[in-house]
Amino acid sequence: MPDVPPLEREMIALRIANMLEDGSYVNLGIGIPTLVSNWIEGRDIILQSEIGMLKCGALADEEMIDQDRINASCQFVCELPGSSYFPIETSFAMIRGGRMDVAVLGALQVSARGDLAGWNNPSRGLGKVGNIGGSMDLAVGAKKLIVAMEHFTNTGEAKILEECTYPLTAKACVDVIVTNYAVIEVTPRGLVLKEAVPGLTPEDVQKMTAAPLIVADDFREMEL
Amino acid sequence: MDKVYPSVDEAVMDVFDGATVAFGGFFSAGRPLELTMALARRGVKNLTIVVQQVGVGNEEILELVANGQVKKAICNYPFPRSAQKGAAHPFEQAVRRGEIELEVYPMGTFAEKLRCAGAGIPAFYTPTGVGTVVAEGKEVRVFNGVEALLETALPVDFAFVHAWKGDSEGNLIYRYTASNYNNVMAMAGKVTIAEVENLYRAGELDGNCVHTPGIFVKRVVKVDRPPLWQGTV
Repeated sequence: MPDVPPLEREMIALRIANMLEDGSYVNLGIGIPTLVSNWIEGRDIILQSEIGMLKCGALADEEMIDQDRINASCQFVCELPGSSYFPIETSFAMIRGGRMDVAVLGALQVSARGDLAGWNNPSRGLGKVGNIGGSMDLAVGAKKLIVAMEHFTNTGEAKILEECTYPLTAKACVDVIVTNYAVIEVTPRGLVLKEAVPGLTPEDVQKMTAAPLIVADDFREMEL
Repeated sequence: MDKVYPSVDEAVMDVFDGATVAFGGFFSAGRPLELTMALARRGVKNLTIVVQQVGVGNEEILELVANGQVKKAICNYPFPRSAQKGAAHPFEQAVRRGEIELEVYPMGTFAEKLRCAGAGIPAFYTPTGVGTVVAEGKEVRVFNGVEALLETALPVDFAFVHAWKGDSEGNLIYRYTASNYNNVMAMAGKVTIAEVENLYRAGELDGNCVHTPGIFVKRVVKVDRPPLWQGTV
């Protein structure tokens, strides 16, 4: 593998922010996805928090803290002009009812068909139970699912695989994978490599990925 | 109709051994802290608890665990997020030792199971969870070309909820994201007990602003506003 620096987590988030269209309703998962919110200030993008808030604002600083206003990661948040609050059953009617234009979720593994495994790392040894959260509903219900993740595990194993080996969040749900090295689309033909960080060739990315990649006709260097 | 109880201890005095009890709240926001503490004092055992997460933001639930009152938990996000914190967490340890049985559902399914219980619907189909461990042993049918699995309603004997404002007839108003599970659990409860930060007489709340109508609420008790919770999940 060439000695090319991977993107920082914030830069993965920036690449995703640039994919979002104005006028869309978006739900951001825990981890790298949350960082996307740092790059959309001033944009006409409405964030939903599944705890029951639309137009979820920035994290609250000390004097703006209100214990009754948190996001789904239990962080204190600010409200914006036009923010609204609603109960959990309404929140999931939005998600399951197909009102979310985009969900951005983290992942432990993604398969060549776009299967997502993100809620249960078997190394924790909890078997078939774990923290599902809203991930399964978002994966099934969002119109478009973007996965934000590092290309490799902490121990250097591939996370993009022919088949997921970890418990699934949902089958065939992922549309786009953005990693610290590449942008890959999931299509009926298979995984299509759209972009790679400067210095990496498509052949390099293929070597780093444990599922076959089709190189896009318009393959290009990732721009931020 | 006067549903006001003088104390949380009196409000929970008929919660029985083996009851299923739902607790509103999502992490720290909107959790029924005082009712939960009263249940810990009451000491009844073999409880099935229905709650988003156990002892993260709602540490008072760990009192029930420590007292050996919990037989089973039905949750969505049961454990601390980090494996390291989880290994030291009394609820996770009790599940690992097999002392507490645990069922986990996707968040939307969890909410819908409660909503159906409150609305008299015995079961529903949902595409969420198809092809995952959640679907194991469940019927799957195809509707309009989409696979969906059968989930059943989750009725509860008692629902503990927390509201910002409530009146003597059980009408409730929540504040910001402290609403979360409280409405749907109030609907699902055979006996719903609401602790409220501000208690009013009937007629003092604007009926246009009521979130949970009083018909779903059997008992109302005034509590202090809970202290600020500033932990991490």
